[in-house]
Amino acid sequence: MVTDAQTIQTKKLSTPEYLSRFFFNHPRTVLILLLAVPLTWLIVFYVGPLLILALQSFFYIDDYSGTMVKQLSLNTYAELFTPPNMEIVTRTVTMAAAVTLVDVLIAFPLAYYLGRFAKGRIKSLLYLGVLLPLWSSYLVRVYAWKLILSNEGIANWFFEVVHLTGVRDWLLSLPVVGGSSLSFSYLGMFMVFVYIWLPYMILPINAALERVPRSLLDASSDLGAKPGYTFRRVILPLVFPGIIAGSIFTFSLTLGDYIIPTVIGNSSYFIGPVVNRLQGTSGNVPLAAAFTIVPITIMGVYLLLARRTGAFDAL
Amino acid sequence: MRSNARKESRNTPSTERASLGLKLATLGAILFLHIPIVIIALYAFTTEDRTYQFPPPGLTFNWFGVILERADFWRALVLSLEVASVATFTAMAFGSLIAAAVYRTQFFGKETLSLLVILPIALPGIVTGIALRSGIRLLDLDFSFWTIVLGHATFCIVTVYNNVVARLRRTAYSQIEASMDLGATTFQTLRYITLPTIASALLAGGMLAFALSFDEVIVTTFTSGAQQATLPIWMLTQLTRPRERPITNVAALIVTAITFIPILIAYRYTQQAGEQ
Repeated sequence: MVTDAQTIQTKKLSTPEYLSRFFFNHPRTVLILLLAVPLTWLIVFYVGPLLILALQSFFYIDDYSGTMVKQLSLNTYAELFTPPNMEIVTRTVTMAAAVTLVDVLIAFPLAYYLGRFAKGRIKSLLYLGVLLPLWSSYLVRVYAWKLILSNEGIANWFFEVVHLTGVRDWLLSLPVVGGSSLSFSYLGMFMVFVYIWLPYMILPINAALERVPRSLLDASSDLGAKPGYTFRRVILPLVFPGIIAGSIFTFSLTLGDYIIPTVIGNSSYFIGPVVNRLQGTSGNVPLAAAFTIVPITIMGVYLLLARRTGAFDAL
Repeated sequence: MRSNARKESRNTPSTERASLGLKLATLGAILFLHIPIVIIALYAFTTEDRTYQFPPPGLTFNWFGVILERADFWRALVLSLEVASVATFTAMAFGSLIAAAVYRTQFFGKETLSLLVILPIALPGIVTGIALRSGIRLLDLDFSFWTIVLGHATFCIVTVYNNVVARLRRTAYSQIEASMDLGATTFQTLRYITLPTIASALLAGGMLAFALSFDEVIVTTFTSGAQQATLPIWMLTQLTRPRERPITNVAALIVTAITFIPILIAYRYTQQAGEQ
């Protein structure tokens, strides 16, 4: 007796049918077919070079000949940990931390309003209001701040109109953050960083807020909590992973940026421009590589800590 | 209409209102985000050509005529559009392939693969840039149009991947199973079920990839040859050596206008997808 299965097997199959059956029976082969090209691309062009870059940080430049010695050593790291280089690292990390903190303060109210109160048309418009700056040209937005902060620009005009030039001069006279003018000070650079990365903070906080279940808030108020108490004890802990998720962006992006410190600021060194200079004209590739390991390590540790708070679910 | 009103009242009880302070802070943040963009628009029309004087002494359309004759600007714009098109296309292909592989199958290194896709955008641009540059040198390739595309495609994969994989996860696999049960071949299922399902996500991801590529400067400085100036590279040169301020002002406005278009389209698409 001929079974159904045998009938199917003996039936003559067209090529697409044959292939379909083959694909269905060989999921591993399908997987390999799907991944072959993109994975090869990523490994050859990206992962491989990235590992070689990391390896190069263990090479060093011979002091006399000025050429790269391809021997594993910690010489370059010894150079990295000298006070002038560590100062660059500290400066960059401090800037990144300050930018992150202020971005949280500015982003939170907007994200909170957007997530809890805004409805319908206003909500759509607010979303668009966050997305447009996020996706519009980075360089154009940096350029806008060059216009704003220049001596004859709108910021100084504004200070004069509201008769607050005294406040501006006082800010610029402050040690560390001050400088000769708005566009040649840490203050100016700081404002540009805060501005450029702000949308990256708003969106994850908002995403976390949107996921806070309504019922939890109702339960909290049913149990007699005042709005402020609910905010502190229910909303804030639930939104915290979102804040951490946003801070991953603002922190990492500030650490690695090399355009803003070049275009605006007092030309003191930050990691980005230093790496660019080292791998380019002065040609100390090992030290450049070692410098790039700094943000990678910092972000690696940061990401490990962030994962504990559940920040990745808020991304 | 009525069901809408009821839904809203359920979400937000009438007892709860945003405080004035919260509204002001929201307004302030939105203004902070948009005033610089308004300023770009304003400066494109200023008659002042030596300083960044505010308020502008006068307004003029002159600079739009001047930029029409600037071959370097238009070359840069065309190059950027070409790079973004090819990079987006490549990223759409790779992103969808990886998404298709990841969304239902369990395999060794799956988490690593997801991380690998995100890495080029998650790591600082300068790290990605240097890695790509040394890779290009190691493979003995000449820095050209194609090396720029190579870099851009690499970090654009993630936007397509994220969109497509999210859509695939939300789509019930039963549709595909039904299609197969009804005798469709893999290709018919792909053509009539899978592709229509992911089409808008693929398009939105592609749009974002395009915007990302069109705007990228840091990685590009490492992967472009001396002859190829994309629009952001051109802008950067103008920024670090501000000699032709009016030209830069107008260029900034044109770039902003161009980047807004794909964002608005992508936004519409995701909105529609959200309503479905």
